[in-house]
Amino acid sequence: MITIKNLHASIDGKEILKGLNLEVKAGEVHAIMGPNGAGKSTLASVLAGRDGYEVTAGTVVFEGKDLLDLKTEDRAREGLFLAFQYPIEIPGVSNVNFLRAALNEIKEYHGEDPINAKDFLKLVREKSAIVELDAKLASRSVNEGFSGGEKKRNEIFQMAMLNPKLAILDETDSGLDIDALRIVANGVNILKSPENATIVITHYQRLLDYIVPDFVHVLFDGKIVKTGSKELALELEERGYDWIKEELAL
Amino acid sequence: MSELLNSTEIDLINTNGYTGVLAAEQKQKASKILETIQFPTTRTEAWKYTRLGKISNKKFSIQKGSVSDISEYVISKDAYTIVLINGIIDTSLSSTDLPEGVICSSIKDTISTEKLNSLVGKNLKLENEIFHSLNTQNALDGSILLIKEKTILEKSIQLIHILTGEHTISNVRNLIVSEKNSQAHIIQGFFSENATESFTNSVTEIFVEENAHLTLDKIQFEDDSCYQVSTEQVEQAKNSTFTINTITLNGALVRNNLNIKVIGQNCCTNLNGAYLLKGNQHVDNHTMVDHIAAHCESHELYKGVVNDKSTAVFNGKVFVRKDAQKINAFQSNANVLLSDDATINSKPELEIYADDVKCSHGSTTGQLDEEAVFYLRARGLSEKSARKLMISAFIDDVINKIENKEVKTFVFGLLQKRFDWEI
Repeated sequence: MITIKNLHASIDGKEILKGLNLEVKAGEVHAIMGPNGAGKSTLASVLAGRDGYEVTAGTVVFEGKDLLDLKTEDRAREGLFLAFQYPIEIPGVSNVNFLRAALNEIKEYHGEDPINAKDFLKLVREKSAIVELDAKLASRSVNEGFSGGEKKRNEIFQMAMLNPKLAILDETDSGLDIDALRIVANGVNILKSPENATIVITHYQRLLDYIVPDFVHVLFDGKIVKTGSKELALELEERGYDWIKEELAL
Repeated sequence: MSELLNSTEIDLINTNGYTGVLAAEQKQKASKILETIQFPTTRTEAWKYTRLGKISNKKFSIQKGSVSDISEYVISKDAYTIVLINGIIDTSLSSTDLPEGVICSSIKDTISTEKLNSLVGKNLKLENEIFHSLNTQNALDGSILLIKEKTILEKSIQLIHILTGEHTISNVRNLIVSEKNSQAHIIQGFFSENATESFTNSVTEIFVEENAHLTLDKIQFEDDSCYQVSTEQVEQAKNSTFTINTITLNGALVRNNLNIKVIGQNCCTNLNGAYLLKGNQHVDNHTMVDHIAAHCESHELYKGVVNDKSTAVFNGKVFVRKDAQKINAFQSNANVLLSDDATINSKPELEIYADDVKCSHGSTTGQLDEEAVFYLRARGLSEKSARKLMISAFIDDVINKIENKEVKTFVFGLLQKRFDWEI
């Protein structure tokens, strides 16, 4: 699905990612954990193609294509989805209208016919139910006046609508209460299939009780320094990150 | 000043033999003012941000023009239509079946009543106003629309102005009177066909009488080499409602003067404006709401999107006189700059002499939220689509104030045509 090799990236001349390697295969769930400033969100931003990040070395191959060579929208059209840590409020832009436009541009990119209004509305009803998002909310302006939990549910709703191959959830658990966390995680689990993959970026182990990872990676100072099973997350929760530093003599 | 018009053309205007609504004294007064007046410069406060060189350096002439097919300019298919070409009514292109309850004639006609005679020029300032004087002196034609007492017009009336020819000037003069308890929707569309560096100098005087409701949608879409200075001089009597939506989508230099005098109590005034500019356009909206009477409200919303090297000016003034207590006046101007070379000059003004009023004003100028553009692109929308969507969302606030569906659809069509923006 995605192969990241020796990825170096910097912002404003400051190097954040310092040789990151990661391979994710279809059907897998990977968790990336790490202390503040380790580069977790930078990784998500670089993969999605956010302006301001400079990739100084390394390669990212996504479904056989050089991801870093693609524009942000083409990455999305190829099947990459980033659930934002801080979803943006866009007053006046209707959630469903923009999703329909996005869906149709993705279809056009793949040479498919646009979705008709009836099928689209059916899809909206079906997918908004997955994250228990009120249909009224789905048709309002993008995230405008949404609570923290509604914003995150809206991210997963959009993910459900666009049906990506690889979803990167950037601290989707931040700002969620237990109920919202359960709904969001449940949504992600429903969308899981042998054909797609998920990268869950998180600070806390809590989310991983609901979205069970196949691999847990520890990101530290711009590199993945340790990889383990889901038990590693529990250990991190209990012991913090310092022991890894000591163990690896960083 | 006389330089502006080709001298041979002035003969076309027979001031002495003029028998229309516009009294000969007014024409003479205007002529007198024009003998000495100079074009305002940027040292004149009201013209601080708008240079008139493009107009003052040229010579314009009054020309009769003709347009064979007006279908492109018909804003509403379901309206009574009056077509004016270079400021002169073309009866062959206009509706013949005007509704009952409406007097529709020309300012050059002699059918005018005493009432109309007393209204023309009543509130229009000529001193120090070169364009008003020029219009008054040279107006050849224009529409008089009088909505009679208690008339509720089901259909809209549209005045379609078409400017044509090179260095043409149209000094069109309109008068709209909404009598007591009447209700009407009027559209003014300004277009051009094969026009180059031509100039529309329009004056529309509007009287909204007691308990009358008048809505005016003004669409400006002249060629990007053409100039327009247009004034709406409005007077509102008690219990009346006046709404004007000004949508400016093209023109090299456009100046709108919107002067509203609210002389009666319990009035409601709505002023909405949208301007979308590109290239080297310059659009200047000057609005003035003069609250003379108490217990009134006014709502003003102007929004602009300014691209390339274009410039927009907004100067909105709300005046609350000493005895005009319990006024609610709200004014807002918001702008989006799409390029580094685009300019906005925004000047919201409140001048309040009453002590029991609720007034607010605000002005914002910014750029598109790049984070939001990234967010939309991250969902698969192209950068162009993302920007279009955001600009549409911004300007829709104003466009949606237009209640008439046909006008709204027409505006969206123009946006598509000029900016390739599907909204």
